[in-house]
Amino acid sequence: MEVGQLQKSFVDYTASLFREGFLDGQFSQLQQLQDESNPDFVVEVVSLFFEDSDKLLNDLTRALDQQNIDFKKVDAHVHQLKGSSSSIGAQRVKNACVAFRNFCEEQNVEACLRCLHQVKQEYLLVKSKLETLFTLEQQIITAGGAIPMME
Amino acid sequence: MVMAAAESQFHVLAVDDSIIDRKLIERLLKTSSYRAVTTVDSGSKALEFLGLLGEEDHGNPNQPCICTNHSQEVAVNLVITDYCMPGMTGYDLLKRIKESSSLRNIPVVIMSSENVPSRISRCLQEGAEEFFLKPVRLSDLNKLKTHMMKSKCKNHQMPENLEDPERPEESTATSSPSAETSEFQSPQSQPQLKQQQQQQQSQANNSNNNKRKAVEEGPSPDRARPRYSNDLTVVSN
Repeated sequence: MEVGQLQKSFVDYTASLFREGFLDGQFSQLQQLQDESNPDFVVEVVSLFFEDSDKLLNDLTRALDQQNIDFKKVDAHVHQLKGSSSSIGAQRVKNACVAFRNFCEEQNVEACLRCLHQVKQEYLLVKSKLETLFTLEQQIITAGGAIPMME
Repeated sequence: MVMAAAESQFHVLAVDDSIIDRKLIERLLKTSSYRAVTTVDSGSKALEFLGLLGEEDHGNPNQPCICTNHSQEVAVNLVITDYCMPGMTGYDLLKRIKESSSLRNIPVVIMSSENVPSRISRCLQEGAEEFFLKPVRLSDLNKLKTHMMKSKCKNHQMPENLEDPERPEESTATSSPSAETSEFQSPQSQPQLKQQQQQQQSQANNSNNNKRKAVEEGPSPDRARPRYSNDLTVVSN
């Protein structure tokens, strides 16, 4: 594919991610912090987010699988995930965490399990979409083009 | 602007238990031209870096400090810390710094993902320079710069055009030209800046007790966020 087409795909895809609420303004902030001296900033931060989230989701699964659930612990994990998703602009993950925390407070096991499922879904979705986005970027660069700045 | 030049000689210590947020704040600070940035993941590591751990602080700054890494003075010009951290919270860290005779003049900024008015007032009353809601943005740091410059100016009662590029403070204040972020960095002493800070801090403390309006905030709309700062107004973005 030629550069122009790739760039258009990139722009359209990015716009859809914002439109569909997967990403919010914080993600744009990250993009703005990237420059020639830090060309991989966004990928680096997002990769940290993936690693951190994978671990948190495992911890959450384990914590909710206990006989006697420690809701404080569960809440602490969700709080962390809420924070990191908010920091990278993963809006839907963040919102799912907000709902999750409410049920932690109520100590509602069933609801918490549903929330965990929801958070995982949203996380996997945004992860896949971001990976697609990064692949597109890479293709543009390989084809010798520049990544369009989104406003 | 000369004040901005002085600011960019600042060594900032950022404290956050989240690796994502540490990376973010480091980049924000560097983009905001703070040259030297050190990040640590806990309040106790922050105190260690500042030379406080192991020190019996009863107001004697000359007491030898039993630090594992450094026995030299670490000159930190600004501490920016997360509030919610396991073990020592950002508030605890703030208190320790403000209770220390050697460190109390270092401006401390608190960050939090939660908009809890009582938390915010408590921090500001304890002497925090500013309180940022997370995620922190470049505009927050820019406002911080402006605010800190203003405090400096007020303290020195500078006429607006006193921006002499040959001012000794700026030229002697050094920092590593290729600013590297690391867990611990080699310290430098910057007595002139410290002095400025003392004046700045006492000024800040005077205006610190003023009302900070707590603003109720729902799920954050993208742009409109309250800011809390020492200039007494809640500024919307």
